[in-house]
Amino acid sequence: MTTMTTPAIHVSKLHKYFGKNEVLKGIDFQVDQGQVVCVIGPSGSGKSTLLRCVNRLEEPTSGQILVEGIDITDPETDLDSVRARIGMVFQQFNLFPHMTVLDNLCVAQRSVKKRSKAEAIEIARANLAKVGLAEKESAYPAHLSGGQQQRVAIARALSMDPDMMLFDEPTSALDPELVGDVLETMKQLAAEGMTMMVVTHEMGFAREVGDKLVFMDGGVIVEEGDPREVLANPRHERTQAFLSKVL
Amino acid sequence: MKHSTRHRVVQVVLYGLLLGAVVLAAIFADWGLLKENFTKSDVAKQLFPDVITVGVRNTIVYTVISFLGGLALALVLALMRLSTSRPYRWLGTIYVEFFRGLPALLVIVFFGLGMPLAFQGWQPPGGFVGSGVVALIVVSAAYMAETLRAGIQAVPKGQTEAARSLGMSSTRTTMTIVLPQAFRIVIPPLTNEFVLLIKDTALLSTIGMQAGQREITTYVRDMMSANVNATPLVVGALFYIIITIPLTQLVSWMERRQQRAR
Repeated sequence: MTTMTTPAIHVSKLHKYFGKNEVLKGIDFQVDQGQVVCVIGPSGSGKSTLLRCVNRLEEPTSGQILVEGIDITDPETDLDSVRARIGMVFQQFNLFPHMTVLDNLCVAQRSVKKRSKAEAIEIARANLAKVGLAEKESAYPAHLSGGQQQRVAIARALSMDPDMMLFDEPTSALDPELVGDVLETMKQLAAEGMTMMVVTHEMGFAREVGDKLVFMDGGVIVEEGDPREVLANPRHERTQAFLSKVL
Repeated sequence: MKHSTRHRVVQVVLYGLLLGAVVLAAIFADWGLLKENFTKSDVAKQLFPDVITVGVRNTIVYTVISFLGGLALALVLALMRLSTSRPYRWLGTIYVEFFRGLPALLVIVFFGLGMPLAFQGWQPPGGFVGSGVVALIVVSAAYMAETLRAGIQAVPKGQTEAARSLGMSSTRTTMTIVLPQAFRIVIPPLTNEFVLLIKDTALLSTIGMQAGQREITTYVRDMMSANVNATPLVVGALFYIIITIPLTQLVSWMERRQQRAR
C-alpha cells in the first residue's frame, strides 16, 4: 500500500470565461479523499462555478481537473460514468416533480447503474431511512417542505454510491428553521468519512466539520487553511472584510 | 354630470340598443322563411343516423389520425429545433416557418390533387382523403412543433442538470426527465390544436371522397344540395359545437388548475 493516495479532486490552472467575463482566474485547488472542504466567499466570487466545473456542468475554458486521477476535461473521458461517482446537491433541490420520492431515488440507479428494480428500491429505502424520511417514499416532491426535499435530494445522490459529494449552497433556499435538519444530515455524512466539497454560507458548519476552508473572491482563491484558524485569524484583508460582514 | 349618473346613462343606452336590435329583428325577419330553410324537420330527420355514423365518425377518425401523426412529426421537429447541431436546427426552423406560412387549404389541395397529377396515377393509401389527411399531419406538425418546443424550454434547466449529475445520458435525460414534464405543460395548448384540427378536417371537403368517407362538412353539404335546403348545415354546425365546446371548456379548466398549482 502506498502512503500517497490519489486526491479526490485536483484542479490546476483552471480558467473559466462567461463570454468576455472571466469568472475563474487560474484556480489551483485540491480535495483529498475523506476530506470535507468548505468554499466560502461573496456572491459572484466564482465558488459555485468552481464546484460546477468539477462535474463539468460548466465547461472549463482552460486548465485541468482530475477526479480520482481521471482527467474530466479530456474529451475521451466517459463523463457519465465519472458523474455517476460524484453526487451533487443543488441549492434549488431539483427533485423530479413528476416522480414519487422513491422513483426519484431509483431512476438513475436503474438506468445508469443497471440495478434491478428490487435492488434499487432496497438501496433507495436504506438511504431514505438514513436522512430520516422513510415514511415519505410515496409522496411527490411538491408535498414536502424545502428541508425534506433537500434531504431527499441528498438521499438520491447517495443512492448512486458516490465516492464524493458536491454541495452547491444546499441550505441557501431554505427557511431558517429548516436549515438544521439538512446540516445534521451533512454532518452525519462527514462523520462517515464521505469526501465532500461544500459551497456554503454556514460558517458554523465549516468550523465544526470542515477539514479545510477556502475563501474565494473575484475568481481567485484568496486564502485557505484550517477552518477554525481561518475564521478566527484571517490573514488576508479581503477575508477579514468578508468575515466581519457575515459572522 | 356626476360620475355615477353618467355610468347609469351609458348602461341604459347599451341595453336600449340591444333591445332595439332584437325588436327590429323580430319585426322584420321572415320567420316562416327562416324556419323553412334552416330548421326543416323532415330534412333534418333524414340525416340520421348517417350524419353520426358517417359524418361525425369520419371527422373524429381524420382528426385523431392527423393529431397523432402531427404530434409524432412535431416531436421530431421540436427536438431538431433544439438540437446542438446547426443543420438540424435550420431544417426544423425552415419546415416550421414554411408550413406555418401557407394556408392549410393550399397544402391539402397540393397533396390531394397536385401530387396525383404530378405522379401519374400514384396515390397514397386512402386515396384522395388519405392525401388530405397527410396534408393535415404535415401542417399541424408545424404548429405543434412550436408548442412542444416552448414546453420543453419551460422545463427548468436544473432538472437537466440534476439528471446529468446522476450520470444519466443526454438522451435518457430528455426521455425520462424533460419530455414527461414538457408534455404536462403543453396538454392545454395541444388540446387547443386538437380543436383547431377538428375544424380543419372540414377543408377535406374540397377534395373528392367516396360516400362512406365523408366527414361532417362534406356530408351536410351533399345533403344540402340534394334537398335544396340549408337545414343540414345547421345540424352539422350543432355537431361541431357538441364536440368542440366541451374540449375548449376542458382546456380552460386545465389552465385554471395549472395556474393554481403554481
